[in-house]
Amino acid sequence: MEIYALLGFVLILSIYLGLELISKVPSTLHTPLMSGANAISGIALVGALALSSDTQLQEILALLAITFASINVFGGYLVTNRMLKMFKKK
Amino acid sequence: MSIFNDISAIQNIIYIFSSILFISGIKMLGKEDTAVKGNFLSAMAMFIAVSVTIINVVNPIIVIIGIGIGALIGSLIALKVKMTSIPEMVALFNGFGGLATFFIAWSEFNAIPDNVFQYVLIMLTTYIGGVTFSGSIIAYGKLSEKLKIQKDSIITKLFTTLFYLSILFLVYSTALTSFIEIPIDFYKVLLILTLLGGIGFVLPIGGGDMPVVISLLNSFSGIAAAFAGLLLLNNVLIVAGSLVGASGLILTVIMAKAMNRSIGNILFVGYASTSKSSGSQETGEVKPINVSDAYLILENATSVLVIPGYGMAVAQAQHVVRELGELLEENGTEVKYGIHPVAGRMPGHMNVLLAEANVPYDVLVEPDDVNPSMDTVDVAIVIGANDVVNPSATEEPGSPIYGMPIIEVHNARTVFVLKRSMSAGFAGVQNPLFFKENTRMLFGDAKDSIGGLVSEFKE
Repeated sequence: MEIYALLGFVLILSIYLGLELISKVPSTLHTPLMSGANAISGIALVGALALSSDTQLQEILALLAITFASINVFGGYLVTNRMLKMFKKK
Repeated sequence: MSIFNDISAIQNIIYIFSSILFISGIKMLGKEDTAVKGNFLSAMAMFIAVSVTIINVVNPIIVIIGIGIGALIGSLIALKVKMTSIPEMVALFNGFGGLATFFIAWSEFNAIPDNVFQYVLIMLTTYIGGVTFSGSIIAYGKLSEKLKIQKDSIITKLFTTLFYLSILFLVYSTALTSFIEIPIDFYKVLLILTLLGGIGFVLPIGGGDMPVVISLLNSFSGIAAAFAGLLLLNNVLIVAGSLVGASGLILTVIMAKAMNRSIGNILFVGYASTSKSSGSQETGEVKPINVSDAYLILENATSVLVIPGYGMAVAQAQHVVRELGELLEENGTEVKYGIHPVAGRMPGHMNVLLAEANVPYDVLVEPDDVNPSMDTVDVAIVIGANDVVNPSATEEPGSPIYGMPIIEVHNARTVFVLKRSMSAGFAGVQNPLFFKENTRMLFGDAKDSIGGLVSEFKE
């Protein structure tokens, strides 16, 4: 049980850190930030890779989780990069 | 055994390193000069975390197939998508992230959890991941205009009921975990109700409120990943997921503030029921103008402010708008673009479209910067925007949008409103701006009208 208290602590601190870091974002970057954050949520891929596959159902679920998380990761980073490259100063 | 322990220890240390990269990456993503580098750092963090996890993966074939297919599909969509379709594509990717955590939770349920905490986490991760997925798919359908269902239709009401039912079932099943081992059939009901509930969550929310919904779903996908991290005892999932959750939350709050409405009002009430009266029954003559007269006025203007809205995106007019802006500048006119935070269908939608058309971002100004000096603007050109320039927001306390910060174009010397017809905006409120003394209506497709002005300038 102790591990949950510890990781819960990490969770709260990270959310607080996130709120502090991004609180003042210029509106020009709203879309890229959202899309870039979206790519980061593809971190679920790491979780999907750690899944066990003892039964056939678990194998299928792991495969699906890895596939969809990968779409999120690759698509998210590429499109964010494409978008950011368009922003130019005068 | 000791080798496995060593690998796990090394993985955890590298996860910490990866978390630091994620944190610096998202910080840099919030500033214009460092954004590209920030995105790269975060991609590096992802690469490192994934690589170090693959080392001792159980089933390499599944991993290769999954990542291969995912990389192919994701890259293809990302490189082919048009910039006008960015909102729905972000929604789609977001949904896929949610779906992945949904499957993770489902798989963990089958691994037979050994304590109550794990059961509760599985329930929560399943729910948030599932709602993120089906909600994002509905948002995708609405944004790409493939899905057209009325707010007051029977289907919407049915799904809204299912949404509330799914919340009740979630509460019930998490409470139950303390007393019994959850049977698989019971969990299957939760799986199905979750997906239906997500549909019911987004279905009643209108197109103009999409910036809020997308930000919120973005936040959910991060929180789902963080919960999956708690479930799998994985620190990098917790850190990265929390960062996404926080950034989504910030954007949600910014969007709600820009509409002067509470998040609860946007999600559960909607515009139509905030007020019975549709504001003032302003009547009077609208004064239409044609392209050549508009050209004469623009030719003599010294400062012009362009206010784009969703209509510019629909008409794909951003390139001709930039062309007009350049011609005006060659003519000695100062050109700025007034961008309202909720113009369009996602946060920063107009900024992306104008960037695509090569408009530099330092001529884009926010309402607070431009309103105080509005009386020095000769011509304000409103392109497909409506509610964000509606003076009722400042002048009529009874109006449903009263109090919403707007771009006060009615204080400019002349206002051109480019519009297809006289229909009301998303909020269903008549716009008194159209009847003001200094307003001229330029009816027609925005792209054609601006194109007409461009060719007048070239002659």
